[in-house]
Amino acid sequence: MAGTAFQKIYTKLNQITKATCTVTATGVGYEELATVSGRLAQVVKIMGNSVTLQIFSGTEGIGTDAELVFFGKPPTLKVSDQLGGRFFNAYGDPIDGGPEIEGQEVEIGGPSVNPVRRKDPSELIATGIAGIDLNNTLVTGQKIPFFADPDQPYNQVMATVALRTKADKIILGGMGLSNDDYLYYKNTFESAGVIDKIISFVNTTDDPPVERLLVPNMALAAAEYFAIEKNESVLVLLTDVTLYCDALSIVSNRMDQIPSKDSMPGSLYSDLAKIYEKAVQFPEGGSITIIAVTTISGGDITHAIPDNTGYITEGQLYLRRDTDIGKVIIDPARSLSRLKTKVMGKRTRADHPQVMSASVRLNSDAVNAKTKMENGFDLSDYDERTLKFARDYAEQILAIDVNVDTDQMLDTTWALFQKYFTREEVAIKDEFMQLYWKKA
Amino acid sequence: MTKGIVTGIISNLVHVEVDGPVSQNEICYIDLHGVKLMAEVIKIAGNTAYTQVFESTRGLQPGCTVEFTERMLEVKLGPGMLSKNYDGLQDDLNKMDGLFLTRGEYTDPLDEHSVWHFTPLAKAGDAVQAGDWLGSVPENWINHKIMVPFKMEGQYSIKSIAAEGDFQITDTIAVLANAEGAEFPLNMIQYWPVKLPIRAYASKPRPFKMMETGVRTIDTLNPIAEGGTGFTPGPFGTGKTVLQHSISQNAEADLIIVAACGERANEVVELFVEFPELDDPRTGRKLMERTIIICNTSNMPVAAREASVYTAMSIAEYYRSMGLRVLLLADSTSRWAQALREMSNRMEELPGPDAFPMDLPAIISNFYSRAGYVFLNNGTPGSITFIGAVSPAGGNLKEPVTESTKKAARCFYSLSQERADSKRYPAVDPIDSYSKYLEYDEVKEYLDGNIAPGWVHDVLTAKDLLLRGKEAKDQINILGDDGVPLDYHSRFWKSELVDRIILVQDGFDPVDKSTPIKRQAYMLQLVLKICREELVFANYEELQPYYTRLINGLRQMNYQEFQNAKFKEYEAQLMAIVAERRAK
Repeated sequence: MAGTAFQKIYTKLNQITKATCTVTATGVGYEELATVSGRLAQVVKIMGNSVTLQIFSGTEGIGTDAELVFFGKPPTLKVSDQLGGRFFNAYGDPIDGGPEIEGQEVEIGGPSVNPVRRKDPSELIATGIAGIDLNNTLVTGQKIPFFADPDQPYNQVMATVALRTKADKIILGGMGLSNDDYLYYKNTFESAGVIDKIISFVNTTDDPPVERLLVPNMALAAAEYFAIEKNESVLVLLTDVTLYCDALSIVSNRMDQIPSKDSMPGSLYSDLAKIYEKAVQFPEGGSITIIAVTTISGGDITHAIPDNTGYITEGQLYLRRDTDIGKVIIDPARSLSRLKTKVMGKRTRADHPQVMSASVRLNSDAVNAKTKMENGFDLSDYDERTLKFARDYAEQILAIDVNVDTDQMLDTTWALFQKYFTREEVAIKDEFMQLYWKKA
Repeated sequence: MTKGIVTGIISNLVHVEVDGPVSQNEICYIDLHGVKLMAEVIKIAGNTAYTQVFESTRGLQPGCTVEFTERMLEVKLGPGMLSKNYDGLQDDLNKMDGLFLTRGEYTDPLDEHSVWHFTPLAKAGDAVQAGDWLGSVPENWINHKIMVPFKMEGQYSIKSIAAEGDFQITDTIAVLANAEGAEFPLNMIQYWPVKLPIRAYASKPRPFKMMETGVRTIDTLNPIAEGGTGFTPGPFGTGKTVLQHSISQNAEADLIIVAACGERANEVVELFVEFPELDDPRTGRKLMERTIIICNTSNMPVAAREASVYTAMSIAEYYRSMGLRVLLLADSTSRWAQALREMSNRMEELPGPDAFPMDLPAIISNFYSRAGYVFLNNGTPGSITFIGAVSPAGGNLKEPVTESTKKAARCFYSLSQERADSKRYPAVDPIDSYSKYLEYDEVKEYLDGNIAPGWVHDVLTAKDLLLRGKEAKDQINILGDDGVPLDYHSRFWKSELVDRIILVQDGFDPVDKSTPIKRQAYMLQLVLKICREELVFANYEELQPYYTRLINGLRQMNYQEFQNAKFKEYEAQLMAIVAERRAK
């Protein structure tokens, strides 16, 4: 992003903080981009002729005589089919050694879709992960986060989801990824041979934190191009939104704003909603689905970040390590996809909702039996059977390394029902019993 | 007209230097390269007006010109608002062409050339004042009254009025004259500033009637009065929106106004898709025909979020003035409070608790006070019943929005995570929730007279059963099943009967999702009758299987059409089960 001829260059900064600088300038537009000593910056406040900019990469080493050049436009991204298979930084510049992208230049963080032009989400997204497809089915146009503790393998799960879904495009927005995780994603995508449908915008921990603020909007601007212009179904993966929020609080702190709960800016809800509400189903068939990761601390979902997120997103998913099988599963008890009823039994087999609720119920009976056992009480025959069922269910269905389609998940669940329970204990509607309960 | 120049921009707070008089809450338009951005004055200091812009301010520069309108934020009122989908500023969303909301695009809330069949209700020579009915036009199935504009102060006489016939909303339908003889031609349109209450009524008594919602935990246990106020706080995932939708579908109201304030767009889309399909159980027509949706979803500009609840309230007041029963639902008022917080923060005001503005409690109670039951100048009653959803941060009910609302609203329906987790929907906590109306003598009299004699007593009995059951449960958990007297187990199971039969309601079952009050009364009396029976058990282990059978029997009744053959059969079976254990 070099300057052009006849640009006015400012060389006298009035104020410098850790993230912002102030200059006396005129004719500057709000949210306009600029460079300060070659570093990208954006206008965040104008008071008379005093203009405050946030410098994305930090102000270390910036002098009061730094050269400041305004671009006359807000942050943009060039979009075209050339984006496929490429890796970019938070500014949308290639970091994979490939050529610059040519295409139409669009503003990022653009306007909202008119609600009356949206379509009610109704298309299923299959991931091959039963904890999602069977129990918490995702729908195109949905937005849902994983609430995960930092020690949980959420990046692996996200990569798995990305590789298995039948989405036309997968866009990764990496915020504060460790370099190791970035390389993990890169290698996983490259070795899976699906690289052409994957686009990545990555800010790693090596990069300055404030840069992260651009990542979601870059990823979503690219997503809107493919969803609207190409009518494609686009899956956007955002990891880790908590680090994005941390960057928000850094900037608001530098601007002397009064923090609200948990030191987060008072506008956190609106800031997050602007990102998540880009998830949409268009009537023409294109869609944007967002799966995010919000790391939480010690499972505390009352912290401002997961709390505000929960009010915005359509459900949430939790990971859990099942010690009985030594594998990670998607916790069937706490996870919820709010839109699942829009597709379950409608886009999937009709017995799906009943099988789902029966298996969740039997699983929770198993949890009770386990508590009983741990407290030293005697187990009934039914308790024993629920425990065996839960173990098989986790191993054959829930483990995230199991990759089967929904019909097969249903068949396997039916087989497990029959193996351990009587018809009455399973208690599913007669019409399905007649179809799927095999006579011995 | 006063003009101004932009001098400062912080997000959607824009400082404007003005060359003449400006008023607080005056609307102005900022010219950004030909695009007019609407903004509202929220503070004035010297010749600087602080304005909040209802749009994105991206690209705005100091030096942009501003025009002031000498008007506050107003709604445009007239026939044709029913079934419309508005944004927070009352723009008709369906009239916007683009896929995206375009900055500076404002559309007409009414249909300019629409034709309405006007029937006069007053005649030349009549003395009238603001809010009096001049005539009526049929709007869907409502008799939409054309009224003397609320802005007209004092007394007028009708100089002339149109005869019955078809008119456009812009046609003159009456001419009024004041005492000095000045003439005022009127059409069917009038304007009203949203932040001011419409007071064109004779009196506002205490609410005395109950409004049926079809939701048992509300109607039976904590009824809301027609013209009353209530609110539903709850953590995410406890079913706030589902409860609001269910009330909107079944409530005994002529008109429903839904303000989706800072919530998910897909939830609004669900309303757009479902309401035109769903039947109104009272009229048999489509729900959408009696509904107006005001939506400012969470990603739409934050200042318009604040406006959206006022827009909705003003439209509700307009229809109330026609003698209609209006139900206003806002989901969620917390988002509105957050919008206030964002602005207060940008204006560098000293913050109150959790960085909310200090006057938050006053703003909230002023807003709730606009609801109410009124007698119009001609003696006709009209009402606005208001139920707001609150989304407390972290599910903590001690936060400022919940506490402020608790001071203003008379009914408190606390949604509990624990109930939601155990799938007891609607997850309204029966112990914490309350309805102040149950203390009103006039309400008590109404309930006893219209539902059943002794009804209020029965309701209080049910509440006592629930409370005693909870206390017994706590004791059992502490002392163990065999560490408490048998009576404690009975208390617990009686409270389970009330809870699982009266309170728990299956929102997806065609019969159970909405219960008329007569049926609610029948079921409550039946449950209480069983609870009054003296049942004998040898030990605590006998209670669970026995009460499970009772609960199953009663639930089957809940799923049947009221008093049909199956219903009666289940009831007979139930009474047989009761007889098994009856003390000899």
